[in-house]
Amino acid sequence: MEFVMNPYEEYALEQGVQLKEKHGGEVTVLTLGPEKSTQVIMKALALGADNATHMRTSDPHSDPSSIARAIAAELKSHPFDILLFGKKGVDDDNQQVGQMVAELLEVPCITQIVKLEISNGNATAQREVEGGGIIVETALPAAFTAEKDLTVPRYASLRELVAAKKKPITVKDVTLQPSLLEVVSVQYPPPRAPGKIVGKGAEAVPVLVKLLHEEAKVI
Amino acid sequence: MLGPVLVFAESSGGSFRKAAYEAVTEGRRLADLLKVEEYALAIGSGVNERSADLGRYGTDKVLIADDPSFALFNPDYYRQITLDAVKKINPGIILAAATSSGKDLAPRLAVHLNAGLATECTQIDLDNGRIVATRPAYAGKVLLKVKITSTPAIATLRPNVFTAKEAIPRKNPVTERISLNRPNSRMAVKEFVTHGAKKLDLTEASVIVSGGRGMGGPQNYKILEELAEAMGGVVGASRASVDSGWRPHSDQVGQTGRTVSPTLYIACGISGAIQHRVGMINSKVIVAINKDPEAPIFGFADYGIVGDVFQVVPALTQEMKRFYGKN
Repeated sequence: MEFVMNPYEEYALEQGVQLKEKHGGEVTVLTLGPEKSTQVIMKALALGADNATHMRTSDPHSDPSSIARAIAAELKSHPFDILLFGKKGVDDDNQQVGQMVAELLEVPCITQIVKLEISNGNATAQREVEGGGIIVETALPAAFTAEKDLTVPRYASLRELVAAKKKPITVKDVTLQPSLLEVVSVQYPPPRAPGKIVGKGAEAVPVLVKLLHEEAKVI
Repeated sequence: MLGPVLVFAESSGGSFRKAAYEAVTEGRRLADLLKVEEYALAIGSGVNERSADLGRYGTDKVLIADDPSFALFNPDYYRQITLDAVKKINPGIILAAATSSGKDLAPRLAVHLNAGLATECTQIDLDNGRIVATRPAYAGKVLLKVKITSTPAIATLRPNVFTAKEAIPRKNPVTERISLNRPNSRMAVKEFVTHGAKKLDLTEASVIVSGGRGMGGPQNYKILEELAEAMGGVVGASRASVDSGWRPHSDQVGQTGRTVSPTLYIACGISGAIQHRVGMINSKVIVAINKDPEAPIFGFADYGIVGDVFQVVPALTQEMKRFYGKN
């Protein structure tokens, strides 16, 4: 199995690299995961991160709060102005870690952002919410979690992929706290029964409406 | 003895969201099973006058934090007020709708309370007083059943999955104001902005008319807007059409967009790729309109019409107008 970067972290990383290109500074990528996470770290370094910290663990990570506590502990000795996360992982779909880390570090956190402007030590971000957006301002240091529209991730060139191999990676072995969530079972969702083709073209429309009303009872 | 059930009842513009009523209904069910009381927490502007609305769905008590500065979700305010409420009533279970606010707030509470949190649950069961939450993972490809071993246990409920049901008899909830002092915040929540007319979010809509690559271009979504309007629904889009710049990301249904569960989902010119499927497979009824009879979407749609969207959709709009005119 090959590890790939979570898509929401790709938007976050791209934002970090763009901020560095505009304002200077340094982008550190922090990854928590097993040995194989190196694949993801190498990609991040090729995409513009300057260095990486690999928090290596093979502990089960069913509880986002265990992950957040480990990351927050590491960040206590790693000062930052801006902390970027993807809004959620597309495997566990928990959407918890970013806010949790920020709460543990007592820094403001603006979630699900589609826009971020930094000037004079202040951030203005737009969150994507139901039916529109909310504009939020805060002083740095601060944390943000990336929604899809935040940036368009770049591609790494072959030259950058080669250069990434020379960038420093700090490896630390970490142990996660016991989980407060116990996975009882993992099941496939019940399959949807195949439906019926009502007909072809516009002439099938009256039959469809009749079925939606009388059989499915949804209109 | 387990503490009460606390439900974060989210409001918008002074009235409670439908997803809040869904959460209060589920909270009532759990409170009855556990023989405990249900509290709803109403944070917002103008919510004081609306507490009876929560009683309709069965809550025993309403804790209120009403202030103009609570109109828009500010995580610092909402977190602090909710923690005040938790301290006051010591709940065994905390529920919130899995809206943008609920999903922002719940993890913050979880770390402060050292509580386990299950996100976007589609079913809640109890096992010896502990929550066993069913939640989709891997974009809905699997269902996890997760037991939360902490007290309190926190769960957010996916909107449109739990049914808001009026309680019989209706409760006349006792209300109480909490958090009289406005908490400190490091964030300034400035304003709500829309891209044009304010519309219902996809996650809250009962009817969604979605368009894919088969729509051919942004100008052609007008026929979907017309069908959606005739049915009181909203328009969604596939990733292909969002990535082509035809529709905003807020319209996207699927793995990197919204996960929706409307009563009726009408997919127009959408092939039904896996990453789209996972975002809408929990719709109650799926209708597919596609000119390709081999499109994967016909494999999981309840009703399909093989045909040109530009002929079928306008005909469907006319038929729906006729239908709603009569009914």
